[in-house]
Amino acid sequence: MHRAGRVASLWQRRSRLYPRSRDRDLLRPPVMTCRVLIGPGKRAAYVREAAGASQDLHAACQLTSMKLSLSKVVSGCRLGTLTNLGKNGVQTMELPGCLLYTKTGSPPHLTHDTLQAIKGVPAVVQLTLSTLVELHEVLEEYKEGIGKFIGMPESVLYCSLHDPGSPCPSGYNNNKTVSIWGYGGRMEMTGSKFMSMQRALQPDWIQCLSDGDTISGETSRKRAKKSVDRSLSFLDECLQLQEKSPELQGSVMVGVIEGGDMLEERLRSARETAKRPVGGFLLDGFQGQAMAKETKLKLMASVTAELPEDKPRLIHGIGKPDEVLECIERGVDVFESFYPYQVTERGCALSFSYDYNPDPEAAVIKQNGIQDAGKNGTEKDINETSKADPEITSFEIFLKEKRYRDDFGPLVHGCTCYCCQNHSRAYVHHLLVTNELLAGVLLMMHNFQHYFSFFHSIRDALRDDRLDQLKELIFRQAL
Amino acid sequence: MAAPSSCGPALSLRVVAECGLSKARACELRLPHGPVPSPVFMPVGTQGTMKGITARQLEALGCRICLGNTYHLGMRPGPELIKQANGLHGFMNWPQSLLTDSGGFQMVSLVELSEVTEEGVRFRSPYDGEEILLTPEKSIEIQNALGSDIMMQLDDVVSSTVRGPRVEEAMYRSIRWLDRCIAANSKPDQQNLFAIVQGGLDPALRTKCLEEMTQRDVPGFAIGGLSGGEAKDRFWRMVTLSTDRLPRGKPRYLMGVGYATDLVVCVALGCDMFDCVFPTRTARFGSALVPWGSLPVKNKQFAKDFRPIDENCDCPTCRRYSRAFLHALFRSETAAMHLLTVHNIAYQLNLMRSIRESIVEQRFPQFVRDFMRTMYGSRERYPPWAMEALASVNITLE
Repeated sequence: MHRAGRVASLWQRRSRLYPRSRDRDLLRPPVMTCRVLIGPGKRAAYVREAAGASQDLHAACQLTSMKLSLSKVVSGCRLGTLTNLGKNGVQTMELPGCLLYTKTGSPPHLTHDTLQAIKGVPAVVQLTLSTLVELHEVLEEYKEGIGKFIGMPESVLYCSLHDPGSPCPSGYNNNKTVSIWGYGGRMEMTGSKFMSMQRALQPDWIQCLSDGDTISGETSRKRAKKSVDRSLSFLDECLQLQEKSPELQGSVMVGVIEGGDMLEERLRSARETAKRPVGGFLLDGFQGQAMAKETKLKLMASVTAELPEDKPRLIHGIGKPDEVLECIERGVDVFESFYPYQVTERGCALSFSYDYNPDPEAAVIKQNGIQDAGKNGTEKDINETSKADPEITSFEIFLKEKRYRDDFGPLVHGCTCYCCQNHSRAYVHHLLVTNELLAGVLLMMHNFQHYFSFFHSIRDALRDDRLDQLKELIFRQAL
Repeated sequence: MAAPSSCGPALSLRVVAECGLSKARACELRLPHGPVPSPVFMPVGTQGTMKGITARQLEALGCRICLGNTYHLGMRPGPELIKQANGLHGFMNWPQSLLTDSGGFQMVSLVELSEVTEEGVRFRSPYDGEEILLTPEKSIEIQNALGSDIMMQLDDVVSSTVRGPRVEEAMYRSIRWLDRCIAANSKPDQQNLFAIVQGGLDPALRTKCLEEMTQRDVPGFAIGGLSGGEAKDRFWRMVTLSTDRLPRGKPRYLMGVGYATDLVVCVALGCDMFDCVFPTRTARFGSALVPWGSLPVKNKQFAKDFRPIDENCDCPTCRRYSRAFLHALFRSETAAMHLLTVHNIAYQLNLMRSIRESIVEQRFPQFVRDFMRTMYGSRERYPPWAMEALASVNITLE
């Protein structure tokens, strides 16, 4: 099929392929259907390829492209599957779900072998530009993409801008550039420098360059508007650059929704971003403590209401189990997994229960588990609590506490992770006290598996219509 | 091929093959936690952990015996707790064999030494400043609680660079302490107590020590007091003098030796067991061991080197990761250390396996020649001490 004459604009093309949100009610059959999601450049390539086989544009587009199939929507929570992911188009991701957190392309403390020992590792890996930006030249010379470079050639890779663990200093973005903080310091990214880096990385999903500097607390309306304007401008620029990049034809651009805490700006950002041919949406600017919780949640719900149902919604900076559930109820699908990493770094193990189906005998044990966690705040052990991280949540236990010194039970009773199956609280306590590297390894293995299992239980609860029980259980432990 | 000879109720040794030319031998030790082929390199897991690698990873690399440290574990978490945990095996969940040293060396190398008397070694704990007296009895008591397959006697350790009457005093005292350790061992049928031959760099003192210690009924012998910075040509002479006078049917453990060349030479001189922190420590500092030396992966020159550390290495690190990636990772991630630790242990264990195979297949001298050529490139670069030592056991390098 030959595109004669003028190239259709981004908006025109998009509107021909996808119905607008408000039209979906007219089109929706009894069961949710799949929609085809592709980037503009990729469509062109497949069209050319398919021209020989079929003149049907729609069929050609459906050859291999990320698809979101929703099986259920319950109290605002979406249960579904993303299919046709990755370079080979064979990977899938269950929603709601989380990404595998990495730094410099490696899950913290873990090698391939120790990662393999974890059950339920997500199919999609989160890379962060801030930890990889210094490798630009190296990757350009390498040519084969970041996946192979980091020893994960089979994984689906999502490249976000910033590392969730390290919040960015405020006041460094302008109309042309966004600053990211690498190991060597601040780097200013223009749209073209950003895309040049992406061409070297060749990830599957790309968080578009965006201005999310609205979380430091004093965001004026003007500043919120700027974050939206700039991010849309970057999006258009980057989509155009993507069209011209052969290396990125298989990649999906994730549009970033900004707007600070201004409802109007948030809505504008959502609507405008949704007009572009993006593969998914990132709800940005909800990190940190600056925004009041109620505002946050309301804005989230308002934003997702504007977004098409057939594309995934990602969020950054949300990790605690109660907060995760709140976001899922407001239409968010994909989360990060930096939270179990933060828990690991403070010498803690996730211990919260997500078993909303306990049998009566197990209920007693679970009760003990909750007591364990709840006691953290009241322990009068001065030596330990003075060293304990003030960020410790009620969902975890601090294994350096003296009471674990001779506790030969697993970190969490019933946990099937490598650490709990092979080692005791006493041993991990010893490793922490002696500053041994293995402490980080074992805790990371446990914390990742616990967290991935939590998401599994969310999906189960949605499937079984037991979300309320799960919510009650989690919120009970959130004190 | 000899039948296994019992060295004690908890250890038997079978000489599987002997090199016809040198003193090298390939054996099989049988310890309470299983068989251990020798020559063997034992990685050091000081505080009940092989640094950043799991017990499963270590076992998967082929390790059948590793070290724990009595001094460190005696301080933290202490013998009582480890006893509660079913010994060090239970505490760290290591299913294979363990060797613990006595604590003597650490007390010399690590802490402010107050006093060595006939009673024991009195020193100040770095953790709480308290004075502690480590006697032979106390050391064995801790090691009995740890439950290691092989325990080391408490010896009076002097640095190999010390001269004068102190060396002789330490040698005789070590013999007396050996007797006290033997008497204090409450589990002789489960735990093997090895003697440690001292005598510094003085052939007469060493010989005397060997004469005395070989009269004691111990399942194995260690050669101690070496590998501490002394001149190499004096080092190898003490090693070979010792192996000449140690019984053939009992294992010979050369303490603190771990550089590849030293391992090869000392196998030729008749040693069976080795330990050293070097391979694992150098990994954490960014150096990968290879048959031709070592690669300081942290250095800029590797930033764009997309080859694995060693193309012929089959370890998990070399199968999946490049030097360039390891270089990038080293800047900020502990995972880099773990990846190099895995490789370096694999390197050491592979080296020992190759040595052993060559002895079994009666081609050890050729193995040595190939090894030296790969490591040093050309004859001019071969260390003279190594050539002398090998020549002394009839291995000539071309």
